[in-house]
Formats: sequence, C-alpha cells, structure tokens
Amino acid sequence: MRTFFKTHAIIFLLALILPVSSHASTDKGVPDLVVEWDTLWHHMMIDITVIGMIFAIVTLYLMFKYRRRTPDEEGGRFRLSTLGVMGWTLIPAFIFLADDIFLAAKNFEVWQKYRNVPENAYVVEVEAYMWGWDVKYPEEEIVLTNEMVVPQDRPVMVRLKSRDVVHSFFAPELRVKWDAVPGMVTYLWFNTHKGGEYLFTCTEYCGLLHSGMYGKIRIVPPQEFTRWIEDHREKGGKI
Amino acid sequence: MSTAVESKTREGGFSLKEWIFTTDHKRIGILYLIGSYAAFAVAGIMAMLMRTELSSIGPTITENPNTYNVWLYFHGAAMILGYQIPALTGFFANYYVPLMIGAKDVAFPRLNALSVWLFWMGIVLALLTFVVPDPPDIMWTGYPPYSVITQGNTALYTFTVLLIGFSSIAGGVNFLTTIIYMRAPGMTWGKLNMFIWCILTAFIIQIIFVPVLGTAVTMISFDKYLGTTFFNASMGGTAVLYENLFWFYSHPAVYVILLPAMGIIYEIVATFARNNIFNYRGILYGGIWGVVALGGIVWAHHLYVAGIPDWMSLIHVFLTLLISVPVGLLMIGIVGTLYKGAIEYRTPMLYAVGFVFLFLIGGLTGIPNAMSSIYIHITETYWIPGHFHYVMALSVTFAIIGGTYYIFPKMTGRMYHEGLGKLGFILLFVGANITFFLTMVLGVRGMPRRYYDYPQFPEFEGIQQLITYGSYVILAGSVVILASWVYGLVRGEKAVANPWGSRSLEWTHTPSPPPPGNFKEVPQLSEDWSPYGYGNGKREEEKGEDLEPARP
Ligand code: HEM
Ligand SMILES: [Cu+2]
Ligand SMILES: [Cu+2]
Repeated sequence: MRTFFKTHAIIFLLALILPVSSHASTDKGVPDLVVEWDTLWHHMMIDITVIGMIFAIVTLYLMFKYRRRTPDEEGGRFRLSTLGVMGWTLIPAFIFLADDIFLAAKNFEVWQKYRNVPENAYVVEVEAYMWGWDVKYPEEEIVLTNEMVVPQDRPVMVRLKSRDVVHSFFAPELRVKWDAVPGMVTYLWFNTHKGGEYLFTCTEYCGLLHSGMYGKIRIVPPQEFTRWIEDHREKGGKI
Repeated sequence: MSTAVESKTREGGFSLKEWIFTTDHKRIGILYLIGSYAAFAVAGIMAMLMRTELSSIGPTITENPNTYNVWLYFHGAAMILGYQIPALTGFFANYYVPLMIGAKDVAFPRLNALSVWLFWMGIVLALLTFVVPDPPDIMWTGYPPYSVITQGNTALYTFTVLLIGFSSIAGGVNFLTTIIYMRAPGMTWGKLNMFIWCILTAFIIQIIFVPVLGTAVTMISFDKYLGTTFFNASMGGTAVLYENLFWFYSHPAVYVILLPAMGIIYEIVATFARNNIFNYRGILYGGIWGVVALGGIVWAHHLYVAGIPDWMSLIHVFLTLLISVPVGLLMIGIVGTLYKGAIEYRTPMLYAVGFVFLFLIGGLTGIPNAMSSIYIHITETYWIPGHFHYVMALSVTFAIIGGTYYIFPKMTGRMYHEGLGKLGFILLFVGANITFFLTMVLGVRGMPRRYYDYPQFPEFEGIQQLITYGSYVILAGSVVILASWVYGLVRGEKAVANPWGSRSLEWTHTPSPPPPGNFKEVPQLSEDWSPYGYGNGKREEEKGEDLEPARP
C-alpha cells in the first residue's frame, strides 16, 4: 500500500508540471465555455479514476492475499507504531490536501470565465414561470415564448428572473445553467461561435409540468439576426 | 398438549402489548428494524413504479405527472427519514450500543420507548401520503415558494419531519448519555468499538443540526397556512434563505448516515478478517472527528447556482474538497484492516467489501459536485441521483443489509441461509451498478432529474430502458435477501453465542439472543482487552459456546 502513495504523488506532480490545458478561446479572446468545461471535466476524471483504480487494485490484492486458509487462522499480529500512526495519517492527509488545492485552483480558473461576462455580450432577458419561458429583448420590445434567437459569434448574456417559483435555465450542449429565483436577477452567459439549434430546459423542480418546460435556442448568422429583428420591429414587437 | 400449556407458551412467545410498551433496548431496536425496513420496502416500490414510468417516452403507467411527483416525494422522504436514519440511529444504535459497551440497557429506557413511538407515528404520517386527497408533491427538499403555493399537503411533510426529528433528538440524548456513563468497567475511550465512536459522533451532529431543519420546515408551513412571508419575494422574503437552512442540516445529515454505516463496516471487516483496526487513532481523530469538524461548514455546495454570492461559493468549494481528507482516511482504515488479516467471505463480509467498491465510486464522484464550475453543468441532472444513490442507496444500504446479516444470529438466535445470502448479494451488486452507473452517464449527457417525461431527449430512451431493467435486478436481489432471512427465522439452524469468532463483547459475553438485562454479570475487562484483540492466542469463541442459551 505504500506504493499507492508514491504512484499517486507522481501522477499528481506530473499533473502540476504539465502545461495547463489549452486555454480555449474563440477569435476575439472570448473563452469557449464548452471546451473549458470539457477540459476541466476530463482532468478531474483522470484524477479521480487514478485514485479509484489504485484503491480498488490494492483492495482486490489484499482481499485475495489475506484470505483465510485454515479455520483457525487469525490476523491481528500487525500493529502500527506511533510513528506509523503519524505517517499513515499525515501523509495521506497531505496528499489529499494537495490534490484538493490543485482541483480548487483549476476550478477557480474556469469559474472566473463562467462568472465574468465578456464585454460585447448581447443581452437577453428570460423570465421563467410555471411552466414556460418568456424571452425578452430589452432594446427591442420583442417577447418570445420558449424560443430564443441570438446572433452568432457574439457571446450572449441571459438575465434570469422568475415570476412564481424557483426554476433553473439549463442548456446542456452549451454547458450552462443557473437558477431563476423570484425577487432576484441572476445571470449566465454562453458562447455562440457555432450556429444551430440548442435545447434549453428547466432543472429546478417546479411542479406538474416541470419536465415539459423547455424551449429552443437558435443561434443564427448576424445578418439573419438583424433581418429577424427588423421583421419584428415592423410587426410591432409581440408575436 | 393441553390448551392451558399452549396459551401459556403463546404468551411467553409473543404479546403485542409487551412489544408496544417495551423498554428493552433490543426489542426497541427490533421495532425500529421493522419500521425502517417497511419504509424501505414501500419507498422501493415507488422506485420501481418510477423506473417503469421512465422506461419509455410519454405516459407509460400513469398519465398524470402529479402521480409521479408524489411517488418521487415519498421515495426520497421515506428513504432518508423513514429508512436510513432510523435504521442506523434507531435499529443499529439500539441493538449494538448497550451490548458493545457492556451495559444492561440504555440510560433512559422510557425515553427510548418515546423515540420509537415518535418514529412509528412519523411512518404512519408519511404513509398518509397515499390517503389524503392532495398528497405532498414538493420533493423531500420542500423548496419554497413552490411548497408554499402548491395544492399539495405541505403540512404532512412538515409534521413527518418534526416527528422523526424529535424522535432522533431523544435518541441522541439517550445514546450520548449511555455511551458516556454506562461503559463496562475497564472500557476506556481508547478501547471503544469503531461503531460506538461513529454512532456517538453521528448523534452529536444530529443534535446540533436537526433543530435547524425543524425550523426550516416549520417556516414553510407558517408561510403556507398562517400567512407569514419568510420566503415570499414580493414581501421581502427569499427562497434562498430556506435553501441555506435546509442544506445547513441536510448536508451534515449525510454524515449522520455515513458515519454509522462506516462503523458497521469496520465491525464486519475486523471480525471477518480477524484483525485489529488499522490505524485506529488516526481514523478516530483524523477521519471521524475530521468529518464532524467539516460536516457543518460545506452546505453551500448545494447552492452554487442558486443565487448566493460568488465568494461564498469559492470558500465552500475548498472546504468541500477538504472532506476528501477525513473520508480518505476512513477508507484507508477499512482497506488497511485487511492487511495481514485472515479474511473469510461470509455474506456480511461480502457486503463489506461491496461497500468499499461502491463507496469508492460514490465518494469520488462527489468531487465534481464540489467543484463549482463542473457543478454548473451536472447539478440537477441524473448525475446527482447517480452519485448519491451510490453513496446512500448503495453504500449505506450495503452497510445496513450487511449489518443485518452480521447481527442476525445474535438477534434471532438462528442462522440465515448462507446460499441465498450470497446469491442476493450478487444480484444486488450487479443490478445496482447497472442502474446507477447508467444514471450517472445520462446525467453528464444532460438528462435533468425529477422529470416525469423526457420528450426533449428522445435519444435517451434506450439507456432509460436499461436503467429500468437494472432496477428490476435490484428488486429480484431484494426478494432473495428477504427469503434468506425468512428461511433463517423459520428453519435456520440454531446460532451459537459467537458464530463469527469475534472478540467484541456482544459476541463473547452474552448468548444469542441475549436475555433481558443482556449480561449475567457486569463484564469486567482486563487491561489487555480490546474488541479487536485478535492474534494474542486467546480463542474467545469457545467461551461463547459455554454461555447458557437464552430462551426461557
Ligand atoms: C432500490 C433501488 C432504488 C431505485 C431503483 C431508485 C430509483 C430512484 C429514482 C428513479 C429516482 C428519481 C429520479 C428522478 O426522477 O429525478 C430516485 C430519487 C431518489 N432516491 Fe432512489 N432509488 C432506489 C433506492 C434508494 C435508496 C435506498 C435511497 C436512500 C437514501 C434513495 C434515495 C433517493 C432520493 C433521496 C431521491 C431524490 C428524491 C428527490 O429528487 O427529491 N433511493 N430514486
Ligand atoms: Cu421546473
Ligand atoms: Cu451536501
């Protein structure tokens, strides 16, 4: 079991030395949250898989090695010295602590990107209610239901509100989620450099039709977006 | 045989009144056992119904989402409040503690009876879910404002929580006193069974934090029925307050569940490896007390996206990750106890090693939940039920079932069916991993939890179906496990006092089952006695067979 800690320590040190992953960002220096999240997930997975495998292999080995061979056999002859107690407490504690600091630091980096909205972000307001979403364009007097249209290549900030109970705005492919809380305005932002249709759905239990509370985000090329906005202006906003 | 004799034996055998008004810790323990396993069974049936409903998109067995939501409410609330907490702090605490520390009974036997009554009333109240016209549909977390504005019966939830809460506070007072004052002469603090330490610390946590939960759930009923506005945003209240209060209790609550479960595993591993605990002091001061120290200051890891300040999230990220230190020590202690042991794989031991593997997965998959950035994507998805079922539904259930097998001979005076026991273990282990590993996989891919239906995720139907099949394997395993016990009760061979060859008091100093009063005389423990005193050449198990049989 001593080798366990050696191996782990080595892997951990390697992880520290290796260049911190691709600071994924799109052209204008805006971070790509999907890549950021996936990379962090990947690193964390390696970390916990290694720890888990070491534990599991050591356990299997001990389970096999020390199986009882005769009915009378007894263990109990092995005792840790005081130094052994200190060692087996402080060394693992230190290794876990080091790993924690490492993970917390990586987490902090990505968290900053999630919480700092890029400056040129396009702002959309989403108001959740039982059981749907109003998507408002503050400058345009446009209100959509269960649908959001946003321009490609410009980060989008969503201001979240709730009319009744707590809901949560979740767009799985975009790796974003945040609660919509009555009486508060919360926010999230996401990246739009890939056009297309994305799902968003509610992830805070809100009663009967909680699972039916979803909509589509359409990320469209900027020209199309401008055309779309103008269309709506002509029609006088509401649809 | 004359009728007079017959009725007399029946009286000596079973009297309902005696059971209801009993103050004997062993009988109270068994009452807890029955109640908590009953809650497990009913909540388990709800799980099977939910899984069946989810096996296809669109209505499968019910057209009404509300029905699903009530099942889910009952499943979550009953599994935690009716099954796990009472099984551990009720059944195991009652059955093990006085026997392990060499006491005749608990310090306050009547208070103990009150505890079990309150618990049973809580169970009855919880079951009213299926009777009242507007059953609670607020999930076991009861978040306002939903729990305040719903048609559902929030009061039922509040009172169930309060009853179980009072019950466990009374239990806590009782067991802390018992452990502090009633240990047999010679049983110093350094010689306590691991289980005793674990249950002691679990009760300390419980006594400190339950009142907070009681306050929180009372406040939602005040808001709903008495018109207060604690959580009403239009009147200056906020839901985030409730979420803080709720998790301020409910995170520590997972340690109230985990610690005694670990304690049971330690007992089983030491007995079946015939080995002393690896690094007893390190585990005690670093592991167990470490969990107590950190348990109360990490609750905000449930609230990273709930609208709390960023600085609070970041502090809690680090504190939560720190939990890996004591929990890691606890795990090293279990695995280390195998080292140079002499391991025999009877059914209880299978559950103990099963625990190690399940808890490895469950514990390590808690790390992403602690990391706020990763949490953003996975929270409130199937990842979360996947993770916590590994920790609670699987690891802790393995400890509870393994512990039940372990204590079965002592409690009933008979042996369970070993073959069925092992078969049940295999089914449960396989079914559980299929079910909950795939649940985690779906979670990372974006499947939200608490969904009655998922038309927006057609691609998930196949995996959902596999998960449902997995849960049927769990059901099959449960039936086999129950059969191994019923067989044992009815036809099992008679158990000797110490069938496992343990060194702990409950096996060496009292017959199976123990008589009222537990010990013929107060156990006198020598200087070199230890509950894990293996390898000193003294084979205490023969001594067990000399103890006179208990049946009157
Ligand atoms: C025996 C097999 C079990 C199966 C098949 C099962 C299945 C499920 C399912 C399908 C859900 C709901 C998922 C959703 O719609 O979000 C769920 C939720 C839950 N389960 Fe289990 N479960 C089992 C055992 C347990 C046990 C033993 C516990 C004990 C702690 C437990 C505690 C919970 C809790 C706390 C929830 C969350 C309830 C909520 O979202 O409010 N389950 N389970
Ligand atoms: Cu919802
Ligand atoms: Cu928690």
